[in-house]
Amino acid sequence: MNRIDQLFKTKQQRVLNVYFTAGYPQLSDTLSIMECLEQSGADLIEVGIPFSDPVADGPTIQESNGVALENGMTLKLLLEQLKEMRRTVSVPVVLMGYINPVVQYGIEAFCEKCAEIGVDGLILPDLPMFEYLDTYKPAFDRHGIYNIFLITPQTSEVRIREIDENSNGFIYMVSSASTTGAKASISADQSDYFARVKGMNLNNPTLIGFGISNAETFDKACANANGAIIGSAFIKAISQEGEMNENIEQFISSIKN
Amino acid sequence: MKVQVDERGYYGNFGGAYIPEMLYPNVEELRENYEQIVGAAEFQEQFDGLLKDFVGRPTPLYAAERLSEQYGANIFLKREDLCHTGAHKVNNTIGQILLAQRLGKQKLIAETGAGQHGVATATVCALMGVECIVYMGEIDMARQRPNVERMRILGAEVRAAKSGSRTLKDATNEAMRHWINNPTDTHYIIGSVVGPHPYPEMVARFQSVISAEIKTQLNEKLGRTNPDYVIACVGGGSNAAGAFYHYYDEADVKLIAVEAAGKGNETGESAATTVLGKPGVLHGSKTLLMQTEDGQVVEPYSISAGLDYPGIGPVHAHLHETGRAKFYSVTDDEAMKAGVQLSRLEGIIPAIETSHALAALNQMKFNTDDVVVLNLSGRGDKDLETYIKWGKY
Ligand SMILES: Cc1ncc(COP(=O)(O)O)c(C=O)c1O
Repeated sequence: MNRIDQLFKTKQQRVLNVYFTAGYPQLSDTLSIMECLEQSGADLIEVGIPFSDPVADGPTIQESNGVALENGMTLKLLLEQLKEMRRTVSVPVVLMGYINPVVQYGIEAFCEKCAEIGVDGLILPDLPMFEYLDTYKPAFDRHGIYNIFLITPQTSEVRIREIDENSNGFIYMVSSASTTGAKASISADQSDYFARVKGMNLNNPTLIGFGISNAETFDKACANANGAIIGSAFIKAISQEGEMNENIEQFISSIKN
Repeated sequence: MKVQVDERGYYGNFGGAYIPEMLYPNVEELRENYEQIVGAAEFQEQFDGLLKDFVGRPTPLYAAERLSEQYGANIFLKREDLCHTGAHKVNNTIGQILLAQRLGKQKLIAETGAGQHGVATATVCALMGVECIVYMGEIDMARQRPNVERMRILGAEVRAAKSGSRTLKDATNEAMRHWINNPTDTHYIIGSVVGPHPYPEMVARFQSVISAEIKTQLNEKLGRTNPDYVIACVGGGSNAAGAFYHYYDEADVKLIAVEAAGKGNETGESAATTVLGKPGVLHGSKTLLMQTEDGQVVEPYSISAGLDYPGIGPVHAHLHETGRAKFYSVTDDEAMKAGVQLSRLEGIIPAIETSHALAALNQMKFNTDDVVVLNLSGRGDKDLETYIKWGKY
């Protein structure tokens, strides 16, 4: 069974998914960040594949992408770094990135490699459902890699149903009309949208991401979904002075309290 | 050969709509509505009226005798430089603002490289009284200062794109991010035949007035609608798409597209996408793209801000792949010389983008009775500082 399904079978509430950009702050931090995240209590790990033009990202993740590329991160190197991750990391792992590096690697070879090293799913925001179903899906299916779709406050109910039909793993609920970035609070409009989607009783679990940054926003998201995804706020936490593992532990415990 | 966008938004192997879900409703709204809106008689009437009375169309098709003598062919210049605001870009912004109004969008955003599209957008926004924000790379703001100030005089806000190469690619990223953050009240006026379907076809249609006029005007002058050659420069490719549009399926017309080779295609400082690019995905479409083996977009270089882009519109990738258009590339220096040459021979100082098309004449061989139409996409007023800095005139 895919590790994502396993996770949601045993845990339906307060699932914490943490995103970071591979190769940031240092080129070879990838695996140690993952190990520390798992030990600190993250339920799911989303590893960002850096890209030169991350259009769906706000300043924090743009910056981490830029630094990671300057450090020399590539998709090939990332897959090399993750080669033996299943020795020390047991939570589900999802790779998140833009479609172009994946296309250059070759979709079939990429899915095959992901399966081989124990990656469970992919989030490729600029691979829309139409293109996925039209050309990419067979490769994902052959290798048992889940494709995670996004929905937003502007996604129509009909399309949410369609996405739900074609999803596996979970659905990534983008919390507002926004690029990625930490926000301090959640508005009434957002709460309405969360409740609306919750009321749809989708087949797939939902995780709310974008703008989740602290215990308060995490709790609000968890009240309306199976859990939440934290990215920019975590990147900021590991950009601070001090020992990396301590920063990670402290950040995760401040969220889960 | 039929050059046509298919139902999926592709020209052959290129195109599509590779957009994050956040942009899906906006792009889908456009896709569902634009043909009907643009096809309506009432829209066409308003569009044509503004092109005539506001832009000054039809632009002349000018028989450039001294230039013709120089190259031993009959060269006609399609004078898009005489459009209001100084380039072809305004044909598209007029079309898109009329569309935006019909979609009920009150705010407009745009990206710009040379500033011509930004000025053309700021101009139509002033005309219609709507709010306008233009993203422009920080480097481009410095090298196209007069256009920055023109936009500001027209009431637009110019926002510097400070990420990446700080040129057109990054301005486009910032405009897309802005649209993601403001999906309901804002229309994004893309300035070339790039972006997710339906933008490339929509922009090409608004620009196709160029080749429609060439046909009529050439017929009036020579009794034939088709030249032997149509030549245009390609940044994203909107002036070329407009000049080629009604000739795509006419096999007797050779289509010539000219890219910027910067300091030379071997120097690592070039923007010649068909020479240096591979298929890839950027800004919403699959197209030829300058990139590393890892799929990171390479920062292009050209002296001309309007050609300084690492991709080309999907239709041009298709024209290249099928051989329907022939592609040349021209260095900074060759372009600058060609710009000065046209100034001296014909009394027209061209935009540096356009100078690339002119310089390609040196690489071509003509018969004396060949009829050549070169799309003079813009005028050089905005480029004075670059001409002065280059200095060899
Ligand atoms: C005068 C002129 N020509 C050409 C271009 C290149 O754009 P496109 O390839 O879309 O025509 C520009 C862009 O700014 C321009 O200002």
